[in-house]
Amino acid sequence: MTTTLITNARVLGGEAQDILIDDGVIVALGADAATHAIVANATTIDATGLIALPGLVDLHTHLREPGREDAETVETGTRAAARGGFTAVHAMANTDPVADTAGVVEQVWRLGREAGHADVRPVGAVTVGLRGERLAELGAMAESAAGVRVFSDDGVCVHDAMLMRRALEYVKAFDGVIAQHAQEPRLTEGAQMNEGELSGRLGLRGWPSVAEEAIVARDVLLAAHVGSRVHICHLSTKGSVEIVRLAKERGLPVTAEVTPHHLLLTDELVAGYDPRYKVNPPLRSAADVAALREALADGTIDIVATDHAPHPVEAKDCEWDVAAFGMLGLETALSVVQHTMVDTGLLDWAGVADRMSFAPARIGRSDTGGQPHGRPIAAGEPANLTLVDPSTTTTIDPSASASLSRNTPYEGMKLPGTVVATFLRGRLTHDTTGGHA
Amino acid sequence: MIRHLLSAGDLSLDDATLVLDTADEMARLTEGRAVKKLPTLRGRTVVNLFFEDSTRTRTSFELAAKRLSADVINFSAKGSSLSKGESLKDTALTLEAMGADGVVVRHSASGAPYRLATSGWINACVVNAGDGTHEHPTQALLDAFTMRRHLGELAGKQIVIVGDVLHSRVARSNVLLLATLGAKVTLVAPPTLLPNGVEHWPCATSYDLDDALTGADAVMMLRVQKERMNAAFFPSAREYSRRYGLDARRQALMPPEALVLHPGPMNRGMEITADVADSARSVIVEQVTNGVYVRMAVLYLMLAGNATTEEAA
Amino acid sequence: MSRDLSGAREVLDGDDVARALTRIAHEVVERNKGAADLVLLGIPKRGVPLAYRLAERISAVEGTEVPVGALDVTMYRDDLRLRPARALEHTDIPPGGIDDRIVVLVDDVLFSGRTIRAALTALEDIGRPRAVRLVVLVDRGHRQLPIRADHVGKNIPTSLVESVKVRLAETDGHDGVLLDKPAPQTTEVLP
Repeated sequence: MTTTLITNARVLGGEAQDILIDDGVIVALGADAATHAIVANATTIDATGLIALPGLVDLHTHLREPGREDAETVETGTRAAARGGFTAVHAMANTDPVADTAGVVEQVWRLGREAGHADVRPVGAVTVGLRGERLAELGAMAESAAGVRVFSDDGVCVHDAMLMRRALEYVKAFDGVIAQHAQEPRLTEGAQMNEGELSGRLGLRGWPSVAEEAIVARDVLLAAHVGSRVHICHLSTKGSVEIVRLAKERGLPVTAEVTPHHLLLTDELVAGYDPRYKVNPPLRSAADVAALREALADGTIDIVATDHAPHPVEAKDCEWDVAAFGMLGLETALSVVQHTMVDTGLLDWAGVADRMSFAPARIGRSDTGGQPHGRPIAAGEPANLTLVDPSTTTTIDPSASASLSRNTPYEGMKLPGTVVATFLRGRLTHDTTGGHA
Repeated sequence: MIRHLLSAGDLSLDDATLVLDTADEMARLTEGRAVKKLPTLRGRTVVNLFFEDSTRTRTSFELAAKRLSADVINFSAKGSSLSKGESLKDTALTLEAMGADGVVVRHSASGAPYRLATSGWINACVVNAGDGTHEHPTQALLDAFTMRRHLGELAGKQIVIVGDVLHSRVARSNVLLLATLGAKVTLVAPPTLLPNGVEHWPCATSYDLDDALTGADAVMMLRVQKERMNAAFFPSAREYSRRYGLDARRQALMPPEALVLHPGPMNRGMEITADVADSARSVIVEQVTNGVYVRMAVLYLMLAGNATTEEAA
Repeated sequence: MSRDLSGAREVLDGDDVARALTRIAHEVVERNKGAADLVLLGIPKRGVPLAYRLAERISAVEGTEVPVGALDVTMYRDDLRLRPARALEHTDIPPGGIDDRIVVLVDDVLFSGRTIRAALTALEDIGRPRAVRLVVLVDRGHRQLPIRADHVGKNIPTSLVESVKVRLAETDGHDGVLLDKPAPQTTEVLP
């Protein structure tokens, strides 16, 4: 294995120091690094001006394989992840076939290992075929080589209260968590965009906030009742924030995520009927965006998760009603977080490390086991690192994406920050250092 | 004049007045004439692209285009590739290849004409002939034209629009256009059939039809689909027509010269009784005739000139 | 001769216009051997008030009402696509129609002849007159089509860069005809 010396990196945005990596592990930091016995053999990367973060962990990624390899594959999706600074992604279960058996989750897990760009942690379906009728073999998926700990019917809400209760209870046996896609189905039949003044004007079926909040409220109460932890996917409304905040004040075992796009974009973008802005849950109002940022800053929302959702061109190059829901997110996530949270003073880089690495790894139980993620940047820890240059500004060009798909909502936008390099257990999975080395 | 007619809200007061005045001339030029055809759009191709069935609207546009000597091609969902799932984009590219100058589009998806006009798939002018539950601007223009012929200028006039506003593209376009023309609009519907955010629209709202009709210069009844009661928008057709239907008793609440309009097709006995629909103050049949004049005006203004040269003359 | 503030030269004043119309009225009656079957159609804008004035004069001479109306030719123009779409002017055909009548078209200025070409086509769609005659207040030459006027108020030789502006009390507050040399870079647009 190679030995690498990263010099002058601002670890979590703090003082500049050196990081010595050998055989996939952080060997030494600071003064210890420069004087270490093996430093003579090291390749040096000058990280002056760069920030070192723990490798980012995405709790919510759609890799589309198996089934929709025209939109994304494990290989392309994880390549995009590496470019975005991620070293681990949790691959959602709504593939074809659905990841509801040990066989499918092991296949996805193995494809991730073969690609080698980022560790793939498959998410198992809660119910067979995401149909919301009976539980999938959660235990078998947990015991498989993939070691599934996060279960979700994402894309569909586990709306049957009894089924949700049983799922929450059942996964306690192997320390699993149910990640709920909170969407009351009857209130959102045919829904197309955030319900409000604009949906009425545009004649698009409204998607009321209450459809999300009703499920969030129910599920935190259910989780409290059965003593299980519940994770709320892609929180999008001010009301959901208030419910989660209240639940946490009461010490209830709930965690929540927000997507980068819900931190930045609002429903006003829908006015042109451009399906690039069609997403589930829908883009909400400016007041919702403000509440989400505040909640991420104060920890009410635990993590940022991308909900990276690739779609082929034809799924978006059409009229709004028939277009697919979803947006790309892996490669732009850190830039959007810097723009909305760091540059606004709401969160420092240590906070970013927590929301995008430590906390998601903890929730997904990726912080333990043989190849852990979301560990501190400290001697003896795996060398999963991301080097970020916060001083740059990039105009987003969809054609430059590593994803097979092009459905980014940020096309043409100027966003700050560049992921300069990503290390997965000491190996560069993304590297633009060129001049630095 | 605007390049595409997608929303009644895109029309300024000057634009709207120009369309209505032009429609007046179209009426004069074709009523009782030996040759009803005008040579104005000779050599221009108008495509009626109907993803949703609407014989009356398509026929009205077709007649309007033909009276202006345009070549008309009808693309409708039945018996064409549209029903075989050909995408909007592929259809648009086909029309572009055929050299369409104007595309009149009816679609069940709100915003489909907007996509057609702004996606870069075609260069043709796009006229929205009704999109989902969004808008139907030429219907609003023909309603305004019909009311103006009877009531004079619409500024300050009291117009009551009754019924399923939530699902009505006619209501949306009428509210926007009538507000531009200075009329005072009141929407009347059960609360379930008023959209979220209607308080921000340039109109008043009411749940009480009797109250709203007093002093109205015109009342426009919207079609209400009986199936709506299955989604709990109202309990029964009977209760709906009792609370929000227009019958002779309610018509008598209005001033004697007040007009009754309906965009059609009517559910007689549901939102309007037969005697009111056929009464002397009903202009429902006239609306159909006027639709042709208004659509001639729109096609003339959008297609006759050179849209790329700015107003220099 | 005088010049207005814009530097345009007045080639006919109000009295000249009145005298020309009176003369034309007499010519029309003489040519037609009376006012029988005449229908006067003015071409908007300024042809319409001219037609009404002519009709008055003919009635005064002959003692009978002469049907008068307006014929907008916008929809028949051959240059529609060279400019943005224009607002239409009123067309107003007298109740008796034009079939088997002597239609007298009235316009203010005869230039390329294209407006009159459009008017002749428009007439075809309205009916079949026995004959069509043309009255213009000013003929400025530069014809592009084989069209000539039957009765002319005044022939005014012009260059292509000049413009002829007819002013009438009904539309402009006073009568007169101005000849204007535009600023050098302005290009002349044919009517």
